[in-house]
Amino acid sequence: MRNVLVLAEATSRGVRSVSLEALTVARKLAEGGQVVAALFGPSDAAHREAIIRCGADRLYLADAPELAAYNADAYAQALTQLIRVAEPDVILLGHTARGRDLAPRVAARLGLGLVTDCTGVEVEEGQVVFTRPIYAGKAFQKKVFVEGKIFATLRPNNFPVEEQPVQTEVAAFQPEIKDLRTVVREVVQKAVSGVDLSEAKIIVSGGRGVKSAEGFKTLQELADVLGGAVGASRGACDAGYCDYSLQIGQTGKVVTPDLYIACGISGAIQHLAGMSNSKVIVAINKDPEAPIFQVADYGIVGDLFEVVPLLTAELKAMLQASHV
Amino acid sequence: MNILVCIKQTFDTEEKITLANGRISEEGVEFILNPYDEYAVEEAVRIKEAQGADVTVLTVGPSRAESALRTALAMGADKAVLVEAEGLELDEHALAKLIAAAANKLGPFDLILGGNMAVDSGAGQVAIRVAEELGIPHVSTITKLTLEGGKAVVERDVEGDLEVVEVALPFLATAQQGLNEPRYPSLPGIMKAKKKPLERWAAEDLGFNPDELEIRTKVTEQFLPQKKQAGRILAGDIGRQVKELAQLLRSEAKVI
Repeated sequence: MRNVLVLAEATSRGVRSVSLEALTVARKLAEGGQVVAALFGPSDAAHREAIIRCGADRLYLADAPELAAYNADAYAQALTQLIRVAEPDVILLGHTARGRDLAPRVAARLGLGLVTDCTGVEVEEGQVVFTRPIYAGKAFQKKVFVEGKIFATLRPNNFPVEEQPVQTEVAAFQPEIKDLRTVVREVVQKAVSGVDLSEAKIIVSGGRGVKSAEGFKTLQELADVLGGAVGASRGACDAGYCDYSLQIGQTGKVVTPDLYIACGISGAIQHLAGMSNSKVIVAINKDPEAPIFQVADYGIVGDLFEVVPLLTAELKAMLQASHV
Repeated sequence: MNILVCIKQTFDTEEKITLANGRISEEGVEFILNPYDEYAVEEAVRIKEAQGADVTVLTVGPSRAESALRTALAMGADKAVLVEAEGLELDEHALAKLIAAAANKLGPFDLILGGNMAVDSGAGQVAIRVAEELGIPHVSTITKLTLEGGKAVVERDVEGDLEVVEVALPFLATAQQGLNEPRYPSLPGIMKAKKKPLERWAAEDLGFNPDELEIRTKVTEQFLPQKKQAGRILAGDIGRQVKELAQLLRSEAKVI
């Protein structure tokens, strides 16, 4: 029996999917213990309902003004205090920009171990075993805790979301926040589409073969039709076709979407490390010898500027037909 | 200005991973300075060139990690410290304690830089833990650093969006891609690096009994992912291939 705390993330588009995935993992690990969720910053009824549907026994809302936007110091103080109040055996966060920044800070403050970027969680003979990629997915490791609380961040898109409504007690949590050492002056929205790369179910990715920033618009159109996000290889980023924040690979982001469509990407080993664990991979490339075809489930040998617009039109028609 | 750069030696990103006796094999592997740490070293050297600074590079690792420190020295860092940890079983908790102790012995520092993660473990924990151990703030995944007197204005990459953060020195920052374009060490730089001071310390030199370095987590298994079956290359004219692909994605792969 374990008490599990999940710090969920609320955005203007709802509770992040990885937070609901973490709640589902939390219920599996609780084995009769309590699942406690928390939301820092402003939240609305839709956020709360999403969390309640995923089976939190208790939901703490911490709506202090200092938590309105992410601030490393403020969030670390709030989470540290919440852990002291809730006394969980297990703490779970999403492996998001926020989780990556916050979890190591809080783990160090409380002297806890931490396993980040987990893609698997199992209970084996009473012990919680975490699986996580190393070398950007070229290999995996299993980790266990030898002492102290269990603390982990979960990679988005690797756990199912299962709804299981329970009676949820909603309570206010008021942390004491002081002495902030960093000030966030402004946040500039740069992300092209509303879909975050690490959480996207579908990614349309381009390499040097896309040839220009203009060429990426062709990919964006396909991504828009599918409700997906656009990614890129290092080659495309280095060539200045797109921002480094879109880079997928051993340097850059490691992604595991349901569908990865690689357009004009040859498939250097560093890029394959970042995407080869995607569930279904489509490769579109002029060069039949390109290594990307070796990891692809489906391949089309051809010019992406011919293939992608056709595919966009075809899928658009297919999706429209199925919505009628 | 005193700058510390925390680095790690990692496998070259070109390397394929193989197992020997259930462990990742290092046989014949090329080692490099972790690419994210390269940005950190470059940034420190640029600050040194712009306004003067003393740049120390630090790593905890096996003896072979010296070559990564030499690379950093060749790029322009002034001195290096290798805390030798050959054979020690360390997790991020223990590593951060060691690095913080070394930083305290070497410091104080106005600025501490590191990569936002190592491309081998991908954990991204140690640098931020070090900031906590040292009692200083941190700013992670930075893409621009501007020093203005006793404070800094830092831009950070937050899932594609850009956050502008103001922080007073001393603080720790972790480098994201895009921070700068790391230089290749020049031949004179490489020659000079051979003569720059490089100290080797043991855990005992930092007041730790290696047997008592507490860990919180441990690795129980390492394994390789299942090899993917070769996929299907479609044939026929492009229009038909596209139609077939759309059908396959819907009815066979069930992802659309």
